[in-house]
Amino acid sequence: MTPILETQELCYTYGVETPFEKKAVQNVSIKIEQGDFIGVIGHTGSGKSTLIQMLNGLIRPTSGKVLLAGKDIWEEPKKIRAVRFRVGMVFQYPEDQLFEETVLKDIQFGPRNMKLTENEIEQRARDAAKFVGLPDELLDKSPFELSGGEKRRVAIAGVIAMDPDVLILDEPTAGLDPAGRDVLLSEIVSYHKIRGNTVLLVSHSMEDVARVADRVLVMNASHMQMFDHTAEVFAHDKELESIGLQVPQVTKIMAELKSRGYPVETCLTVEQAVAQLLPLIKKGGDRV
Amino acid sequence: MEFIKAENVRFSYDEPDEEQPDKPVHEVLKGIDLSIERGEFVALLGHNGSGKSTMAKMFNAMLTPTSGKVLVDGMDTADETHTFDIRRQVGMVQQNPDNQLVASIVEEDVAFGPENLGIAPAEIRRRVDEALKVVDMYEYRTHAPYKLSGGQKQRIAIAGILAMETACIVLDEPTAMLDPRGRAEVMDTIQKLNREKGITIILITHYMDEAVQAGRVIVMDSGTILTQGTPRDVFAQVELLKTHKLDVPQATELAFRLHSAGCGLPNCVLTIPECVDALELLLTKKGAAQ
Repeated sequence: MTPILETQELCYTYGVETPFEKKAVQNVSIKIEQGDFIGVIGHTGSGKSTLIQMLNGLIRPTSGKVLLAGKDIWEEPKKIRAVRFRVGMVFQYPEDQLFEETVLKDIQFGPRNMKLTENEIEQRARDAAKFVGLPDELLDKSPFELSGGEKRRVAIAGVIAMDPDVLILDEPTAGLDPAGRDVLLSEIVSYHKIRGNTVLLVSHSMEDVARVADRVLVMNASHMQMFDHTAEVFAHDKELESIGLQVPQVTKIMAELKSRGYPVETCLTVEQAVAQLLPLIKKGGDRV
Repeated sequence: MEFIKAENVRFSYDEPDEEQPDKPVHEVLKGIDLSIERGEFVALLGHNGSGKSTMAKMFNAMLTPTSGKVLVDGMDTADETHTFDIRRQVGMVQQNPDNQLVASIVEEDVAFGPENLGIAPAEIRRRVDEALKVVDMYEYRTHAPYKLSGGQKQRIAIAGILAMETACIVLDEPTAMLDPRGRAEVMDTIQKLNREKGITIILITHYMDEAVQAGRVIVMDSGTILTQGTPRDVFAQVELLKTHKLDVPQATELAFRLHSAGCGLPNCVLTIPECVDALELLLTKKGAAQ
């Protein structure tokens, strides 16, 4: 099957032929399949934001290609707008971009630009609001009357309402409290499950990525450092630490036990660790 | 020695409605009593809307109580003649580094605070250099702040407060926008200021692994103090924290779950090494399960 999103030798350089020339992304070639849930991690300045902006055609690669369902998105530059409907992007702190009079109108802004019928626009906006857990009574309020977490949901709903094939979220949980973070993450997970589309989650929270991603893309110093199944990536705790990243605490604990000779495997969540440790403790945990 | 004292502090952002004097106003703080010693490192936790940021703004007179009192070094924050002196004592670092840097050169930014205090130029030079060395940003003194990473920007913001030589720094989620390395840099700096310079630290955070590094943890919920104590005392109450929409570090949660399942683990471990050692002890002790 053709991957939904593919990059071939993708490069981007800021300020070409100026003294400030800076290579932000170099030679990234990846294939993302329909339905994948991908975590994207990397320290500040590693190139991940530049990379995702190329994926929906916000910036044009200096060289290399982005293929959406097998087709080069820059083949017809005049149609790049259509790509941005199919690859939806939720920026960091998206609540800063709310502007409409009511929550519903704000969510409808994307679909309205897609020239859908009024019924469809209404329907999509209401469905999107449901996905992110916004109750009906909020829809007629001004977005500026809402709490920070609610505003964040409105902004995400606005992108979901365009029903993109690929949804990219840049730090969707930054600044939320632990409960708000958990709820929003599980909403994204269930949206992904129900719609069956592709999600890319950019995050500095290794715990969040470990919990929800099937595969993880690691960017470092403008290159792709790793792109593999989540458990494989987080098994490289030393390598990740050396490039300014971390593994979740529970992954670190289990890695340390493994290095001391106990028969445990890489764990991504507390639940997995409990499931591995309990039987081991009950039978007395012989070293191997 | 008591440095900050809050006595029955109540606060509401709404003015009482004159037409409906009986209509209840929404209180963000509902009678907080609190005292913070000089040189303490306190972490303030609570879910969004718990009142912790409002409380933090009380500490340097950005807000004053609707009723009750906040005393900073004996000065009442409600007395406007003290406001200037209070802010010389208590500095504040906010969440978004881009909102608090004002100059186009790092050292000028750090000098902004002391300049406003009317300090002599030679003394400002000395303070700026020293502050930049403390946060380990001296070699960046002539750089442009906008070209720095988030962690570096936050350290510049902290240096700006240091250069005013305040006795206390309040940090409101200073690491929320940073990557893991930036977070570690900022936390190391905070620890150093507290340990080596004796600066009183009040840290508001959603990251439990940061709260663990404090001497005392105060948990707020709906405008009241839910519980407080050493990190070990507070994080031992895993269930209480969870019912109030808070988290515990994963190391603590793992030990707690195993403990609840009948394994002979201490019920409160705080860090990764502690957790690994406790597990190893259990695994080598054959048949430790009850």
